[in-house]
Amino acid sequence: MTIKHWKFALVVLASVSASFISASSVALADGADDPAVASSENGKYADKDGNPTYKISPDGTVDWYTFSGFRRYHSDCHVCHGPNGEGSTYAPALAESLKTLTYPDFVSVVTNGRNHVDAANDKVMPSFATNVNVMCYIDDIYVYLRARANNAIPGGRPPAHEDKPEAAKQAETSCTGIK
Amino acid sequence: MKKMLVASASIVGLMALHGSASRADEALDRLAKDPKQWVMQQGDDANTRYSKLNQINTSNVKKLQVAWTFSTGVLRGHEGGPLVVGDLMYVHTPFPNTVYALDLNHEGKIIWKYEPRQDPNVIPIMCCDTVNRGVAYADGKIFLHQADTTLVALDAKTGEKIWSVMDGEAGKGQSGTDAPFVFKDKVLVGVSGGEFGVRGWISAYNIKDGKLAWRGYSEGPDSDTLIDPEKTTSLGKPVGPNSSTSTWEGDQWKIGGGATWGWYSYDPELNLVYYGSGNPSTWNPVQRPGDNRWSMSVWARDLDTGKVKWVYQMTPHDEWDYDGVNEMILTDQNVDGKQRKLLTHFDRNGFGYTLDRVTGELLVAQKYDPVVNWATKVDMDKSSKTYGRPLVVDAYSTQHNGEDTNSKGICPAALGTKDEQPAAYSPETQLFYVPTNHVCMDYEPYKVSYTAGQAYVGAAVAMYPPKGDTNMGNFIAWDGKTGKIAWSNKEQFSAWGGALATAGGVVFYGTLEGYLKAVDAKTGKELYRFKTPSGIIGNVMTYEHGGKQYVAVLSGVGGWAGIGLAAGLLQPQNAAAWHNAVDQGKLPTQEKTVDTAGLGAVGGYAGLASYTSLGGTLTVFALPNE
Repeated sequence: MTIKHWKFALVVLASVSASFISASSVALADGADDPAVASSENGKYADKDGNPTYKISPDGTVDWYTFSGFRRYHSDCHVCHGPNGEGSTYAPALAESLKTLTYPDFVSVVTNGRNHVDAANDKVMPSFATNVNVMCYIDDIYVYLRARANNAIPGGRPPAHEDKPEAAKQAETSCTGIK
Repeated sequence: MKKMLVASASIVGLMALHGSASRADEALDRLAKDPKQWVMQQGDDANTRYSKLNQINTSNVKKLQVAWTFSTGVLRGHEGGPLVVGDLMYVHTPFPNTVYALDLNHEGKIIWKYEPRQDPNVIPIMCCDTVNRGVAYADGKIFLHQADTTLVALDAKTGEKIWSVMDGEAGKGQSGTDAPFVFKDKVLVGVSGGEFGVRGWISAYNIKDGKLAWRGYSEGPDSDTLIDPEKTTSLGKPVGPNSSTSTWEGDQWKIGGGATWGWYSYDPELNLVYYGSGNPSTWNPVQRPGDNRWSMSVWARDLDTGKVKWVYQMTPHDEWDYDGVNEMILTDQNVDGKQRKLLTHFDRNGFGYTLDRVTGELLVAQKYDPVVNWATKVDMDKSSKTYGRPLVVDAYSTQHNGEDTNSKGICPAALGTKDEQPAAYSPETQLFYVPTNHVCMDYEPYKVSYTAGQAYVGAAVAMYPPKGDTNMGNFIAWDGKTGKIAWSNKEQFSAWGGALATAGGVVFYGTLEGYLKAVDAKTGKELYRFKTPSGIIGNVMTYEHGGKQYVAVLSGVGGWAGIGLAAGLLQPQNAAAWHNAVDQGKLPTQEKTVDTAGLGAVGGYAGLASYTSLGGTLTVFALPNE
């Protein structure tokens, strides 16, 4: 339990400081516009700025994190944001939002939530900071939506994916406490 | 003789004790019997949604016109419908749960408006839009069940608050979406939050002062469920001690779901309240071994005490999110030469059930959409070990296939063959009129952790129409005695609006594209349609004012239907794209065949967003003046 909260504290801090950075350099979108793989570590891919990104092989096989993100998204996010990131009658289409939303901003909104409540709006995004089902998979969800935003994959379940990396299994166990 | 005297003396005593309460109830009963008014959400205690009005009939309904309209000022999904009590109409909205009293004598002028102040943080814990299923009336009060679980009693004439009580805790994922129901001297509310690990309950408050009379949980020890191990029966047998907790592993029942957000009915002769409990939580069945009682069940509780007379679990150990919350419709019909008190229920799981509502005996359980495939049938053999249970097909069992396996082609989808949209019953045709979903799904469960106030789902679900079909809904007529479909009309989208049956031989319902439709009760032939400003997920009602019959419905697309359908939840083009653009036909055959389950509908439809947009509006119809 303590480990979980410690990890979350780190995520929150990281995202807050990161959003300050992005706020002061709006023009230099934080890699949101260039998803090409620049490096990889244990089956996890990153772009030139070190932000998580997806890898889709020519035969349609997706990396583990994109697949995992598809699943996590369709449990905790799609009830508001619609299937495949396509939006609903009351929440934005994230497959669109992620065309402009940077990785740090994405993490910040998921962690801290966002309110838009006035006479014409009643939109509230909750804080997911304490939800291990979301926070332990935040990069997975991000790369999945990033792939959707860049039209790298269609909607629906990716039919083939890379094996779950050992590093992903270990991170999952230590983050969620589920063995 | 002596005995009789004692008996009548005690009746007089009882009447004296409950004098004011029964007067209020009798007044409401009188109002409910007056077809000119519509004083409860479901039309009557029995939930038949049937009106004796017949000015609008099969021959003149084609002349129907819009008489007047009213904007609610709220954009989100509008479920439920207005009430008409005397010369006033009461209209409710989704969050922020505004209530309007409109004067029917003065062209719908707003007499009063009530808008509660609620913490907007309740919005994201409402799993499937900020819907509200309407207000209740009794004893000069309007009862509103707010999103934050506050139950408030307003003066029906002025809108002033008389009393209010907080029924749950939004911080724990508990929210209010269901309409309050008034039976006798009590007002009943349930709770939503099956996707947030809420342990469901139903509460009964005294209409006079808002004091809690009793609360019965869906799960837990007998003292919480108000189950008597000896007297409470299931399929004719006493349930025995701790019938709920013994079917869960560890403390999972404490976050076990069984929400209670449907429509309630009441039999005054038996003094029993009927309702259904929802899905067990989480959606991952592997994390909760056992039957998970009493989620997914039909309940009969004594109105005065909450004690359970009988209970029947339709879907033991749910593996598909087939919430059992849909309405229980009470009818008296002749079965095998005997007049019986029946209860008919169209479950999310795709079976239409008819039970004896006195004893809970199971009489009929048949599929009301032929594509239902997760179970072959419900075992009706009383000598069988599995009597009353669905016989589950392994291929569609997400428990059998296990965690991290995508079980494919399951019908119906988690939306159910019918969701909350209530059916109607006409005593003339003795048929039920049922708006249905015609949608299948893939379901992949996996492990999740519980955090109070956070979503607790644990399955990825993808939905699409049944193989080879292009329609995602049907509007059917159902014979509850035999369990057979009398007629069935295809609907392009799920039929998500509640039905109304009338003595004019006309049945009304609304569609997701926004049509109010009128069909012939006998044949299903469409007689009239009009496209309202937004998609309809509300319930049609009727009333008479100034000698004229009116038909009214709230439009305002949203709800669960609005999550997926609006975005094209059911677009099979996605599956096609995977094959054509990405996998280039190289994937293993098995993956290919199942992922294309929805391909039959390519081009047959597009997302609902192409047909309608948001906006809450009441549309009222009438025949033109001759």
